[in-house]
Amino acid sequence: MLTELDPSSHWLAGQVAGIHLFTLAGGMVIGAAAVFLYHAIGRIAGISGIFFTGMKEGGVWRWLFLVGIVLGAGLGAHLFPTLNIVTRPNPGFWILVSSGLLVGWGTRQGGGCTSGHGVCGLGRLSPRSLVAVLVFMAAGVFTASVLRHWLGVPA
Amino acid sequence: MKSNLAALAAGLLFGFGLMLSGMSNPGEVLSFLDWSGVWSPDLMGVLGSAVLVSVIGFQLARRRKRPWFEDEFPALPKKPIDRSLLIGNLLFGIGWGLAGYCPGPALAGLALGNNEVLIFLVAMLAGGYLQQGWARKRSDR
Repeated sequence: MLTELDPSSHWLAGQVAGIHLFTLAGGMVIGAAAVFLYHAIGRIAGISGIFFTGMKEGGVWRWLFLVGIVLGAGLGAHLFPTLNIVTRPNPGFWILVSSGLLVGWGTRQGGGCTSGHGVCGLGRLSPRSLVAVLVFMAAGVFTASVLRHWLGVPA
Repeated sequence: MKSNLAALAAGLLFGFGLMLSGMSNPGEVLSFLDWSGVWSPDLMGVLGSAVLVSVIGFQLARRRKRPWFEDEFPALPKKPIDRSLLIGNLLFGIGWGLAGYCPGPALAGLALGNNEVLIFLVAMLAGGYLQQGWARKRSDR
């Protein structure tokens, strides 16, 4: 099931080639945020890196960026309440724990996540990030399509 | 001061974008990653439009000698395409496909009254620390 805006009340509910306009608009905002951070202070908006470096070394700008993400999402949820939903069943405690462990370990070992390698790395035309994105996308698709069903995670 | 405010503004914009794009909903993420059921191209739209803006923005930044509020662009370490990159991203992708969370949307979920993300974030923190401890041990040997 997909996230939905009410088509009768919002133009962003429309689609282009099966892609919802709000996802395109949201993606542009994400890209603009990453570009803004780089132009303003020269930092890469890689959330896993900022999160773990912030935990280890601190840095006011890191914490403010992370707090901003939470507040910005809250603001978005206030303006677009119908987008604030989780449309998949709760996968259960152990799946949440193992997925968290894997994401934490993997993003540290692999040097980035969807934002650092995806949005910023691809934006900087980094071959290393392109490899990273291809690997985590392939692993994500395999896991969600096959492994998750083998494990009997509610879908 | 200006740098810190800019980081806060960038975070606000980023979190707003995560919400608007639907990425804060792990069901939306899984509807792209799961090819066995009803498939949605939405996540491709998010990444595609984000990268489009980011390519243009980072190209424009190459003409600048320094950022607006700092004296210089911090040097980005040149790292090779190695086993760590491949294995790390493989593990990250498996974790992502299991529950539909990557770090940004999980943080955003904190604002959305979504309690699952608390469990996920604590485990993510533990996973990161375990990896760093393991990497330190290996480099000591």
